[in-house]
Amino acid sequence: MVVSLVLLALLPFLLFTGLYLKSFLLLRDYNIIDLLFGREWKPAAGKFGFYPFIIGSVWVTLFAMLISAPICILTAIYVTQYTRKWFLRIMHPAIDILAGIPSVVYGLWGVLVIVPFIAKYLGPFVGIKTMGYSILAGAFVLSIMIIPFILNILIEIFRAIPDALKEASLSLGATQWQTVKSVLLKKALPGIIAAMGFGLARAFGETMAVLMVVGNVVKVPHSIYDPGYTLPSLIANNYGEMLSIPKYDSALMFAALVLLVVSLFFNLLMHFLISRYNKY
Amino acid sequence: MKLRQKIEEKFFLGLMIFATWFILIILAVIIYSVFEKGLKAMSWEIVSQIPKGGYYYGKGGGILNAITGSLLLASGATLVAFVIGLPVALYMNVFLVRRQRLVNLIRFLLDLVWGIPSIVYGAFGFTIMILIGLQTSLLAGIITVSLFILPIMIRSMDEILRTVPVGLMEAAYSLGANKSETAFKIFTRQTISGIITAILLSFGRAIGDAASVLFTAGYTDNLPNSLLEPVATLPLAIFFQLSSPVPEVQSRAYASALVLTLIILLASLFSRGVGKRYHKTKINF
Repeated sequence: MVVSLVLLALLPFLLFTGLYLKSFLLLRDYNIIDLLFGREWKPAAGKFGFYPFIIGSVWVTLFAMLISAPICILTAIYVTQYTRKWFLRIMHPAIDILAGIPSVVYGLWGVLVIVPFIAKYLGPFVGIKTMGYSILAGAFVLSIMIIPFILNILIEIFRAIPDALKEASLSLGATQWQTVKSVLLKKALPGIIAAMGFGLARAFGETMAVLMVVGNVVKVPHSIYDPGYTLPSLIANNYGEMLSIPKYDSALMFAALVLLVVSLFFNLLMHFLISRYNKY
Repeated sequence: MKLRQKIEEKFFLGLMIFATWFILIILAVIIYSVFEKGLKAMSWEIVSQIPKGGYYYGKGGGILNAITGSLLLASGATLVAFVIGLPVALYMNVFLVRRQRLVNLIRFLLDLVWGIPSIVYGAFGFTIMILIGLQTSLLAGIITVSLFILPIMIRSMDEILRTVPVGLMEAAYSLGANKSETAFKIFTRQTISGIITAILLSFGRAIGDAASVLFTAGYTDNLPNSLLEPVATLPLAIFFQLSSPVPEVQSRAYASALVLTLIILLASLFSRGVGKRYHKTKINF
């Protein structure tokens, strides 16, 4: 028991060390700034610029958050404050199912529904020619995927707010929405930020669903209708040939290392935020 | 109430209702499109045969290789994670019950590990494989996936073990049980439904994840004969077949997605049913 516990506690450090050692070859020969901000990706010529992938990941993640954050907050308020208990009992299994659907199935749905929709309707509507495989498609599919994750945390947070606070506000003559706006949201703000942070970290590392709809073109995207390429897709798409080109495997492990660091950083930050918040 | 306030009130209520229905409708649309496409492509041949010659050009065969592979891989990984995870969760809640700071630190670490993307596990598993000279195989897949689901398994068992009242532990001690007996005989029995839920949840995660098996389990058209052979998995079957230009092959991706979704829905339904069934063995306080 103790041994497995210790091993488990060391897992993040093991992961970090393992990936660091593998990407050491790359880090030794290149400046880390050049790696992160270099725009040229030509592994065969020894040029490893991760900027297109990083910016692709950032765009997809941010747009996904932009879509799912308001939806999650509104839904969480609605199901905890406005509806009766039975409605939450319907919502919970629905959220569980949404959370359980594997990412490839989300990807498949994106390819079947979202990509054609963007190509046939949205693209012509805004006057842009697009294949449909785009940052927007990736962001949309991703936003649906992280909804259950964020929503679960938010529902917990809103339920944890004591009823006395609400009652005090209502008894002073505030309306339901005024109470939500000036009491609940204010009280829950750190929790909401933390939920978004966890969601962001989760979205940043999501691989398969995004890979299937985002287009996978190594280029810095100019609009959300452009195809992009994300860090996880880079790793997933190129594992086959990574041993054939020198330093290529190192580069992919470096990408994994970046993902690991981003994920750990955001999770640490949000845990810190929540623990501060719980003290009040 | 002023008019402006009234409009604001109604406006935001409308937005909230819209957001809630948006989620429910999207869920319905996803399930519908998977079933609609999947049922059309489904046939007995697809679920009962392995790929034949010319399969990837639209000729006969099925995805039995992927179904078997996925079930074997997910069961193996769940088993490994359970064997390691249950003692850890019990240890945290029985042996370390007086050291809450340490337990909270462990919980925190587990949550951190939980948040790491599965592709990172895949990449890490791959470096380990190179290090010990292991080929892409069922074994490598099981190891990687079990690492990936371990935090999920432990944290969900931990959440349920936390709810066991102190009184039960004290009663066990007063009857002369030692700590291990209390942990393995009393606590597990009290929380059996929660433990089964944790197992099924982890199983669902294990069978649905593609990124971690991409490097480690490989892909093959054959049924696996040993732990050291590569296996096909359903998520990868969906992924590979969908990217094919041949319509027949693409439609098999829909069928595979249906099979995978059904397995996961069944596991989720089952875990809901279990909670009621094992209520009898539970002592109510």
